[in-house]
Formats: sequence, C-alpha cells, structure tokens
Amino acid sequence: MTKTITIALAGNPNCGKTTLFNGLTGSKQYVGNWPGVTVEKKEGRLKDKNNDILVVDLPGTYSLSPYSMDEMIARNYIVEDAPDVVVNIVDASNIERNLYLSTQLMELGRPVVIALNMMDVAESRGYNIDVEKLSKLLGIPVVPIIASKKQGLDKLVDVVVKVTKKEIAYKAKYADYGEKIETKIKWYIKSFEGNPLLDKYSPRWLAIKVIEEDKTVKKLLNMENEDVAAAAERMSLEDDLESFIADKRYQFITDIISKSLKKPKDILTLSDKIDKVLTNKWLGLPIFALIMYGVFYFTFDLVGNRLLDMIDVFFAETLAGWVSNILETIGVSEWLQSLLVDGIIGGVGGVLVFLPNIACLFLAISILEDSGYMARVAFIMDRAMRKIGLSGKAFIPMILGFGCNAPAIMGTRTLEDQNDRLTAILINPFMSCSARLPVYTLFAAAFFPNNEKTVVFSLYLLGVFIAIFIGLIFKNTLFKGDSTPFVMELPPYRIPTFKGLTIHVWDRVKGFLMKAGTLIFGACMVLWFILGFNFSGPVELTESIGAGIGKVFAPIFAPLGFGNWQAALSLITGILAKEVVVSNMSIIYGIAEEASSQAFAQALAGTFNQLTAYAFMVFVLLYTPCVATIAVIKRETNSWKWTGFSVAYQFGVAWFVAMLVYQIGSLLGF
Amino acid sequence: MERTLKDLKPGESGKISTVKGKGPVRRRLMDMGIIQGTSITVERIAPLGDPIEVKVKGYNLSFRKEDAENIIIE
Repeated sequence: MTKTITIALAGNPNCGKTTLFNGLTGSKQYVGNWPGVTVEKKEGRLKDKNNDILVVDLPGTYSLSPYSMDEMIARNYIVEDAPDVVVNIVDASNIERNLYLSTQLMELGRPVVIALNMMDVAESRGYNIDVEKLSKLLGIPVVPIIASKKQGLDKLVDVVVKVTKKEIAYKAKYADYGEKIETKIKWYIKSFEGNPLLDKYSPRWLAIKVIEEDKTVKKLLNMENEDVAAAAERMSLEDDLESFIADKRYQFITDIISKSLKKPKDILTLSDKIDKVLTNKWLGLPIFALIMYGVFYFTFDLVGNRLLDMIDVFFAETLAGWVSNILETIGVSEWLQSLLVDGIIGGVGGVLVFLPNIACLFLAISILEDSGYMARVAFIMDRAMRKIGLSGKAFIPMILGFGCNAPAIMGTRTLEDQNDRLTAILINPFMSCSARLPVYTLFAAAFFPNNEKTVVFSLYLLGVFIAIFIGLIFKNTLFKGDSTPFVMELPPYRIPTFKGLTIHVWDRVKGFLMKAGTLIFGACMVLWFILGFNFSGPVELTESIGAGIGKVFAPIFAPLGFGNWQAALSLITGILAKEVVVSNMSIIYGIAEEASSQAFAQALAGTFNQLTAYAFMVFVLLYTPCVATIAVIKRETNSWKWTGFSVAYQFGVAWFVAMLVYQIGSLLGF
Repeated sequence: MERTLKDLKPGESGKISTVKGKGPVRRRLMDMGIIQGTSITVERIAPLGDPIEVKVKGYNLSFRKEDAENIIIE
C-alpha cells in the first residue's frame, strides 16, 4: 500500500537543483510546460525501497514575491498543490543569500527539508558549518549533500520520507518581524479562526501576505472591498514595509549564521581569478569574440554541417536510391514510389538533417551555461543589447541565427523574461541563415558580376538592421512595459558534468524530434503533394498545384517587380527549405542544376533585371522562414497565435521592404 | 552630498546605509541581500562601461550603474 509521495524541489538558480533533480530521477524525467505559460516544468519519478516518489522541479527563484512568473509558479504550486515535502536546495558556499528563500518557503506552511549542497565547495573555501546547530536554529531537518557526486542523496530521501510519515519532529522557526507587525499578525490569525481556508493555508502566511498587501491573498479572503481605514492602518505599521520585512528576514538569517557558520575572511576564489581575465576591461571583449567564433565554428562548420551533409546525402541519395530501386523492381506504381521516396523518406530526412546542428548548438550552450560563462556573456553584452531593446543573454541566439534559425530560436530558452524571449524569437529569422546564401550567390553572380561580396554583405546588414528596428518597435508597442530589471548573479565557474550535459542535450533533441519533428514532417508531406501533383495525378513541378498557386499569387509581387509565377513558385518552395529554392529554380527555368552562373543569368534575364533581382533577394532575406523554423517557433512559444503572427508579419515586412526597394529604385532610375 | 555605490571605484568597499528608489529593481536588490548594514565591495565595471559587478554576502552580483546610484553608502 504505497501512496505516492510528492516532493517539490525549490531553490536559488545556480545552486545545483538540476543536478539534484537528475541525481534523484535519472532518466525517468518528463519535461513539459506549466499550464498556460512557456515556463518549463520538469517532473520525475524516484523509486525508493517501499516508496513511490514524484519529484517536481520548481523554477529556480531568489524569493517568492508575486512579481515574476517563476516566483508565482513556485509559490502557487507549493500553496495550492500542497506537496508532502518541499526540498530546499541551499548552496552551502553561498548560504546567507540562499536562506532568504528558505525563510519564505518555511512560512508557506508545507514541511521544508534543506538539502545543503556543494559542501565540497564550501569546505574548499574554508567554511565550517555546524549542520546540527543550523538545523536546530531553523527548526527543520538539514541534510548535507554533494549532488554532483551523488553523495547524501539516500539520506536526503530517507529524511524526506520520515518527515512525510511524521516520524521526525518538525517545528519550523520563523523570522521575528518586530513587535508592531507580530502583534498585527496575531490579530489576523485570531480573526481567521473558523475560516475553512485554514485547512489548506497556513494562518501565519495568510496574515503576513495581508500585511504585505498581496492581491491574490486579499482576493482569497474576500478582502477586496474592505474599508479604507483598515488598509490605512496596515500601511502605517512601518514606514517602508518592504525594506523592513526584508531587513528582518536577513537579521534572522545573520543571527543563525553567526552561531553555525565559521568562515575565513573573504579570500580570492579561483573564480575571481578567472574573471580578472575573462571580464577584464581590455581582454574581456576579444576573448568573448573568440569564444563566440569557436561556438559558431563548432556548431556549423567543424561538426554540425559535416554531420548534416552526411545525413542529407544518406537520405536524399543513398537511402532514396536504394529504396527506389527496390520499389521499381517490384513494380510499384510511380506515384506510390514518389510518396515513399520523395515524400516520406524526404520528409523524415528533412527533420533529421537538423539534428546535428541542434545537438551541437545545445552542447555548446549547455557548456556555456553550466560552466557559468553564460552569465558573463550577459554581463559583457548588456550595455550594447540594451540599446536595441534586448538583454545581454539574447546576444548568443541572435548571432547563431546566422548559421541556422531553428536551433538559434531554441536557444532563446536562456532568456528568463517572457517578453524578451518572444521578441528575440520573432526577430531571429531576420538574421540571414546559411541556407539563404545559395540564393544570394546565384543572383549576385548573375546580376552583379563584379560586386557579389558587397551585394551579399548588404543583405546581411539589412537583415540585422531590420531585426533591430522591428525589435525596438515590438518593445515599444506589443511588449511595452517594464522590462525585467538587470540584477544578475555571477555564479562561480564550475566544470560541467558529463551527465548533466548529456541529459541537457538529449532533452532538447528529444523535444525537437517530438514536437517540431512531427510538424515539419507533416508540412513536408503537404508540400510534396502540392509541388508534385495536380488533380490528374503526379506531374512535373511546373504543372503542379503549387505552380497553379504561384500563378494565382504572382500579381501580389507585381509592385515588387517580379510579378511572375516562376518567382512566386520558387518562393513557395522556399517555405519548405531555403536551400531548395535554387534547385527548384533550375527546374522551373529548365536548366541543369550544375549550370554556370552565365546560364542562370541568361535564363533569369527573361523575368528579372538588376533591380528586381535585388528586390527578390531582399524578399528572400526577410520573408517567412522554412517549416523547420516555423515548427520550432510553435514549440518555443507554445502558441499557434504567435506562430501565425510570425509567419504573417514576416511576409508583410518582406513584401513592404522589397516593394520599397523596387519602387524607390525605379524612381531613382535603376 | 550622499555617497552612493556609483561613487565607489573597483576594489573599494563600503557599508550600505539605505536603498532608495521604488519598484521591481529595489525589491530585487533587497531580495539579493542589498540591505542596510551589509558590507559591499565593487569588483569591476563591464568592458563596455556598464553594468557593474559587486561582492555582497559572499557572492558576486551585477546590476546597472543607474541602480547603483540608489544604493547609499555610509
């Protein structure tokens, strides 16, 4: 008769919570979203002799104020879902600030067990913590652990189970808020007597929240329409209530620390020494540029694209050819062959081809995050990024967009502020990905034979400029409001664990395959059909439904200078993947794929000239990204609304800018 | 004239007297340990001139110069 025990993991960011979560649940994890928001929710199962334990990982927070989504999620889960025990991971080497959250967790009313983590780091700094004394002064169990070495975990689970079964005495101590407030608290607790809400909520917590004017709690207690006098009386309790309460909490902590922690005078840690170089006034930026280049090179050049090509070739040629032969030999009909080879194998290949880049990118990002360097990136870039309305952490995903937008957008997960994140996601596709380059080189070579580099560079620059411009517009309209204050901890450098990295990367890859992969595959199948068939059966590209659609939409592009069905059809194929635009254009214009640029120039001259070619390239730069990116946007925003918006607004921006290029260019006589 | 954190140069320390200002930044700073009576040291300024990095309660924290102006030093 085992009832499931539910425990919630709470703690500051950077205190090893994720490592503990991984250590407790291993691979039995499930990653989803907290209902209605884009914040990740992780749950896992732990089997311990006789007990079935559900572990819920709460977002890392420094406090439990009702002002940020992460804090509200953590607080609401503990108060509403009432887990059996809250395991509070505290970084022993940073104990004072970590306990600030602890004092608030203890007030919520659920049993709290402190997992005192990073005991090894604390020791190496010369800290001497009397764990028993600490436990006594707090009134709750404290279990020392080293999560990265999986030490102390068994003891922790043991204590958690015992607390649940009430086999361990539990009497939490609370911060003393001074005579005036404590009297008021007692008054409120008395006034709550008999209120059925007390079955669920801790009376002391309710009282404190009322005094703090917490809207949610006041609503709960039906106090919204109380008279002005009562509210005024509360306000007059202390001059600056916020500061007063924070002060009292830290006094409580400082007192406990003075009795249970001995530490040497501040020493220069290894981290400090490393930062003297990495965030140095002169060396900081060049070193950062070097590291960014390394990440880019590794993800796209060294490993990423090599694997990508291998997978591409395998699916598009080896496997496809192999299966084709078999199907022909057994005499399968042509359209069925096409379905299996071009449609299904092509579709699956179209998804898998992104895996190397995504895996590499996330390996790089995970190393940067887990080592602590990511915080330094935000620190170094904040001033510049702030000018364009984004935060320092948005820099990396933006730069990586030049390689491939799909993994770059997935990389925006590191941005905690939801508005920041949405903005970064929506403008990322303007960073011209590498798949668009073949289109530029083709047109540049055909129409601007001696100025290819300049033309291509101008397009990249235009993309960046539009990204910044639109980003600022978003910041001032759609996402208007106070951006999150920049108050950021710079955690000590750590060596990432192999296990931590693999779990991280596998999480992302799995997420991509399951959520984005299915969407990409579906879209590929639809496009396969549209581009290879019309209502009489399989046909050439130029006779397909797609071509028909191209003919219908061609007039839309007339103000842009290329109102012909060939251009329209090419752009439709570009939604499948930007790199197939060139190969499809060779089909549409009836030239060999490996044709020289002169051959292309001749073929294209019929429908383009210099100005319209440039307008076309601008359109390709800015319009709707490939299905993989669209699928990733859907996954990261968790919203069809934003995905649809992204598709539509990008098309709009592309149309408008390309139109301006053509119209103004014509007026200027190009 | 009051001495604020912004007046401290890298390497210099002081004791916090009060934290002025209002709103989410102030709240966040206090949550992170920037409160009356706490000792604070300026570690460095970012290469682009902003933000600044401080050491407080045994760990490293960074925030913008405009917010440092609100931290009054004894």
